[in-house]
Amino acid sequence: MSVPLDETAQLVVNGLVAGTVLAVPAIGFTAIYAVLRFPNFSLASHITIGAFAGYVANTLGGWPASAAVLAAFVVAGAAGVVNDHVVLRPLRPAGALTTAIGAVALTIVLENVVRFAFGNDLRGYELPIRRDWQLGPIRIGPQQVENLVIAVLAMAAVFAFLTFTRTGKAMRAVADDAVLAGLKGIDAERVARLTNFGAMGLAGVGGVLLGLDTTIDPLTGFRVILSVFAAAVVGGLGSIPGAVVGALTIGVAEELSLLSLAPAYRTAVGFVAILLVLTLRPRGLLGERAF
Amino acid sequence: MDNYIVAMAVFACVYALLALGLNLVWGMAGMINLGLVGFFGFGAYVSALATKRGGVPIAAGLLLALALTGVAGALMAMVTARLRGDYLAIITLGFSEVVRLVASNEIWLTNGTDGISGIPGPWRGRVTPEAFNLIFLGVAVTAVALVLAVMQRVRHSPYGRVLRAIRDDDQVTAVAGKHVLRFKVEAFAVSAGVLGVAGALWGHYTSYIAPEVFVPLITIYVVLALTAGGTGNNWGAVTGAFLVVFFMEGTRFVTAAVPGLKAVQVAALREGLIGLSLLLILRLRPAGLLPERLPRVAS
Repeated sequence: MSVPLDETAQLVVNGLVAGTVLAVPAIGFTAIYAVLRFPNFSLASHITIGAFAGYVANTLGGWPASAAVLAAFVVAGAAGVVNDHVVLRPLRPAGALTTAIGAVALTIVLENVVRFAFGNDLRGYELPIRRDWQLGPIRIGPQQVENLVIAVLAMAAVFAFLTFTRTGKAMRAVADDAVLAGLKGIDAERVARLTNFGAMGLAGVGGVLLGLDTTIDPLTGFRVILSVFAAAVVGGLGSIPGAVVGALTIGVAEELSLLSLAPAYRTAVGFVAILLVLTLRPRGLLGERAF
Repeated sequence: MDNYIVAMAVFACVYALLALGLNLVWGMAGMINLGLVGFFGFGAYVSALATKRGGVPIAAGLLLALALTGVAGALMAMVTARLRGDYLAIITLGFSEVVRLVASNEIWLTNGTDGISGIPGPWRGRVTPEAFNLIFLGVAVTAVALVLAVMQRVRHSPYGRVLRAIRDDDQVTAVAGKHVLRFKVEAFAVSAGVLGVAGALWGHYTSYIAPEVFVPLITIYVVLALTAGGTGNNWGAVTGAFLVVFFMEGTRFVTAAVPGLKAVQVAALREGLIGLSLLLILRLRPAGLLPERLPRVAS
């Protein structure tokens, strides 16, 4: 079997772009896991909420994509804080798995709130039509480049926040050892709220970036969530750099799978990747250390 | 109307089987299965294909569903048994999506999104539809009684005690010399097998299965049934299943009575109510209607 080199190169480029976009919600998932120690499946509906918030800002407000991303960050982040405070926080004493069940129920409720308001129709953002750029054998769309830039900026902001700010350091301290952090006088509740805001905000940004590429509907978040889990688990659940590495790996693997599998099986690649990593290297590529 | 009630009773029995299956892992061993709709669907496809394409009797189809779904469950449990429970949550959720993907795309085997119709049912076509309904209700009730009896036996046996010990603290259980990994994998496999049988029965009853039937919402129904009934309590699982079917049908009438809603809004309202009631029960009465009471140990 010989595969044209150009085609492979094109798929790798597409995969890196898709992986960079995927890294944004994956960081959110893994950050919540690192700080609150449970898999928050309601990330799926916050991706959808962000996608719709960006859609409203873009089509009704006439905002360009870059501004719509900010609207999505704020709306999804705020929704994340409220939902966690009202719904999930009271469940936490019952254990991580009960909270995870609550998160699945929450995601069903939120998804149906979006469905109730917007219906099941596919919707697209209003974007200027632009010609793809041709770089040698590789084609790349201006929208892809814009998404890439937005995703990279969002990630740079996350890393700068965690490295340089007091609050970012407090977050890492809680992720490292919540008890020790408490002894040092770090307010765990405040860190939890901030983590939820940032993480669900990132999920919302991811929702817009996905929507800019295709269309959105109430299941937008659910469709991508398996890839998000896969990115987080492959990189090491709870590790933020791991989520980035994992997302790039999953992005490229999903695109390369097109060489031998039907396109419908793209999302199954994530599942296979989870199985492989858990069997061969259960702590993930970068381990579980948060940062 | 009688037929409607009988049909609802059959569905309630199927949900009771699912809730009993979930209770074995979640209620007794404390392992989560958030993709149980995947095992449900997998069992339905196995038995439907075996009886319709393979021409084996329905009873053999059910056994095959039990065995193959059990193997799938054992594999999931083996991969994640040494890790924190969160990984099992993720992997089971993923499994249910993969089952749906395969069912939608391997058209040569599953007929894709068109689904499989004309799945045989016991004496279907040879008796009146009313009689078929009643016969099937008999089959379903027998299945529930059988599984309930086995699960009660497990619960009161030393085996069930080890599972509860694992739920409460698997490290202590390991220190006490129990082979935790083996117990976890066995419990998960048996539970998955029961879910598979429930799926097989469902297919033989409705005669039609398609990928769109096996939506994640079913997982929520079952978790709701078990939580409402009483996690850890087998009778609670069965009671909860009947309550949930009653509740689901109730929301159908209530939401239809709200004026001025579009069809999609009615559907959204019903699904949202299901999710909301699970959240409310988790919050207000997490032990359920019939809380688990630990079996007495002879001293």
